[in-house]
Amino acid sequence: METVAMNQIEKKKLHPHKFTLWVAIASILMMFAGLTSAFIVKSNLVGWKDIEIPGIFWVSTGVILVSSLTIQMALRSFRQREMSQYRLLMGITFVLGTLFVILQWIGFNKLWDQGIQFSGSAGAGQFLYVIFGAHALHVIGGIVALAIMFVKAFFGKIKLYSAVPVEVMSTYWHFVDILWLYLLVFFLIIG
Amino acid sequence: MSEALHVHHDTAVGHDVHHDDHGHHHQSFISKYIFSMDHKTIGKQFLITGIVWAIIGGLFSVLFRLQLGFPGQSFPILETFFGHWAKGGTIQPEFYYALVTMHGTVLVFFVLTAGLSGTFSNFLIPLQIGARDMASPLMNMLSYWFFFMASIIMISSLFIQTGPASGGWTMYPPLSALGQASDGSKLGADLWLISMALFIVSQLLAGLNYISTILNMRTKGMSMTRMPLTIWALFFTAVLGVLSFPVLLSGAVLLLFDRNLGTSFFLSDIVVNGQILPNEGGSAILFQHLFWFLGHPEVYIILLPAMGMCSEVLSVNSRKPIFGYMAMLGSMFAIAILAFLVWAHHMFVTGLNPFLGSVFVLLTLLIAVPSAIKVFNWLTTLWRGNIRFTPAMLFAIGFVSLFISGGLTGIFLGNSTIDIHLHDTMFVIAHFHIVMGVASMFGMFAGIYHWFPKMFGRYLNNTLAYFHFWVTIIGAYLIFWPMHYEGLAGMPRRYLDKSIWVSFNQFGSLDQMITIVTVIVFAVQLMFVFNFFYSIFKGRKVTSTNPWGATTLEWTTPILPGHGNWTGEIPEVHRWPYDYGKDGREFIPQTEPIGANESKH
Repeated sequence: METVAMNQIEKKKLHPHKFTLWVAIASILMMFAGLTSAFIVKSNLVGWKDIEIPGIFWVSTGVILVSSLTIQMALRSFRQREMSQYRLLMGITFVLGTLFVILQWIGFNKLWDQGIQFSGSAGAGQFLYVIFGAHALHVIGGIVALAIMFVKAFFGKIKLYSAVPVEVMSTYWHFVDILWLYLLVFFLIIG
Repeated sequence: MSEALHVHHDTAVGHDVHHDDHGHHHQSFISKYIFSMDHKTIGKQFLITGIVWAIIGGLFSVLFRLQLGFPGQSFPILETFFGHWAKGGTIQPEFYYALVTMHGTVLVFFVLTAGLSGTFSNFLIPLQIGARDMASPLMNMLSYWFFFMASIIMISSLFIQTGPASGGWTMYPPLSALGQASDGSKLGADLWLISMALFIVSQLLAGLNYISTILNMRTKGMSMTRMPLTIWALFFTAVLGVLSFPVLLSGAVLLLFDRNLGTSFFLSDIVVNGQILPNEGGSAILFQHLFWFLGHPEVYIILLPAMGMCSEVLSVNSRKPIFGYMAMLGSMFAIAILAFLVWAHHMFVTGLNPFLGSVFVLLTLLIAVPSAIKVFNWLTTLWRGNIRFTPAMLFAIGFVSLFISGGLTGIFLGNSTIDIHLHDTMFVIAHFHIVMGVASMFGMFAGIYHWFPKMFGRYLNNTLAYFHFWVTIIGAYLIFWPMHYEGLAGMPRRYLDKSIWVSFNQFGSLDQMITIVTVIVFAVQLMFVFNFFYSIFKGRKVTSTNPWGATTLEWTTPILPGHGNWTGEIPEVHRWPYDYGKDGREFIPQTEPIGANESKH
């Protein structure tokens, strides 16, 4: 009886890895808060140049939104022990994530060709490269983790039943997704 | 049964690791001492790396004090060691500015951040909350090795042709952004920024780990309000670090862009050597905001661990409960919040809006309240205590003394009107060295002397320790007290040579005295380093598990705990950590259940 009660108390507690992830998310948010507030401060100074966001960033937004959906479905299939479906969905998420980064790169190139470059006077463009670039790096970090989990799901010798790593992965993935939406809206409104 | 279950679940992560290598097979030298995942070894790695850095950073201060005490005088031995940096035995301007910059960088980040909270968070958190290891031992190991890489890069910048960064430890652009402006702003500044980026990664990995370990891996019965104040202090330190270091990272990244890719985040309308730069619309003040948004919490990242450890040492060696445990918690919480709201008091003279300035004055002066509460509680803990003057205790008392005398001058500087006169003078140097630098150093020494027996199973030599304490505290006051007078008279900081100002000539002999004392104090620190390393191998052996008669959990482990800390089950906690002198008993360990007739505290 006591054991059962104890277990229920235990269940309410967050797994240390998930907790660590949430603190890490707070930390990453602080970095982007620093960058975006720097943007706001600077946009009020002389010599500021606004930019038009290339349409391709809307495509990448769609891609990352779909990938959020697929990783959530992957988590559900893992919980239901449908491993082949889990592997398929993880693979799709991986491809979509990679596609997102490629689209961002194309977007950067489009801007660059419009003459929005690093050198010279300040403007939203310089911030865009830094802020979207930093975001893309965080997505790439997620892609690497995804790839490792994907490979493990195929070749892993040890069968894993704990859903925690998948949960951590999906939470992080949703985070970079929501972070992207924030950054895009930020640039649309203020940029 | 339920207890065993609980313990197992609570430490699921630490436990898995622990099963593999605890007591079952011998680890190789590399996995035990170098790429170790044992929190105790990682703590010692941070400590020893920190000591190496402290020697380097301390030596830098001795060198530039030579210039300040004896301007222009030739010390031929310097040329032997430093070549063209000290041509003819006199310290060259570039060398001087490099020394000042590196002294600040090294002491603030590599010694008092990594060396202090890195050492004691790693060492004490699992031991004092009753965990087998950190939440993620791998991340913990990575945090040390990122710190090590940062160290290597920073050290390498000392040996390049153009020298290390030399625009001041705050790296304000445009000076730090333009290689044309000074030698130190060439490759040295890039290495500085890269090293700091790695350092920040290290601190974030470490901080995440500390927070999740403290919140998730406490042993049964160890509620938050039963944690020693050390752990609370280290917890707030980690929270501050995790939330403020990323902002410095964004500042550093933008500065790297400005330096190498020609962007204009911080640069605007600049002419260097008659050449007009294309940068427009940047704001140098923006960097100061980003820097000090980290920089001020950084002060408390340095100070809080010292506060926590001194609270512990004062209580143990007064044989009295800490006075006002909850007030201590509340004031640390208040300090942690206020730390984020006062950064602009470093920027009163940047043209900051005076109304905004007055808000920051108010918030800054508010910090005096929790600080005063803490001081009051330390003094009342000592009050009528049965004091044992161990070396750790002396350093803890010294910490309180320095915190008071250095903190009071903070009230001067926190007022924007007075700050206009005192800004960038030696008064500022005196203030922050006493309250943050030397005080935290004392906290670190208190921690080392107190927990050395737990780290290495031996004691430090007491005679050398007492000598170390008295010379250091007298020396610290002799060095920094007179700087208040210099600063009030308007003597600027960072200047290479002030002898052309007639008004400062009266301070010539005072500066000589400061320099001579600096050399003596530095030599005594080397003696401490000798004592440290000698005692690791030859010190008097610890014979009991609880040499100080303390209540906390780390003294329930074997004298030299292995990986996993406790040989049997992790002990259960039944009381707060400060039951000293209660019901006629000298101390009651946290592991002892509350008796039937026990009085309430």
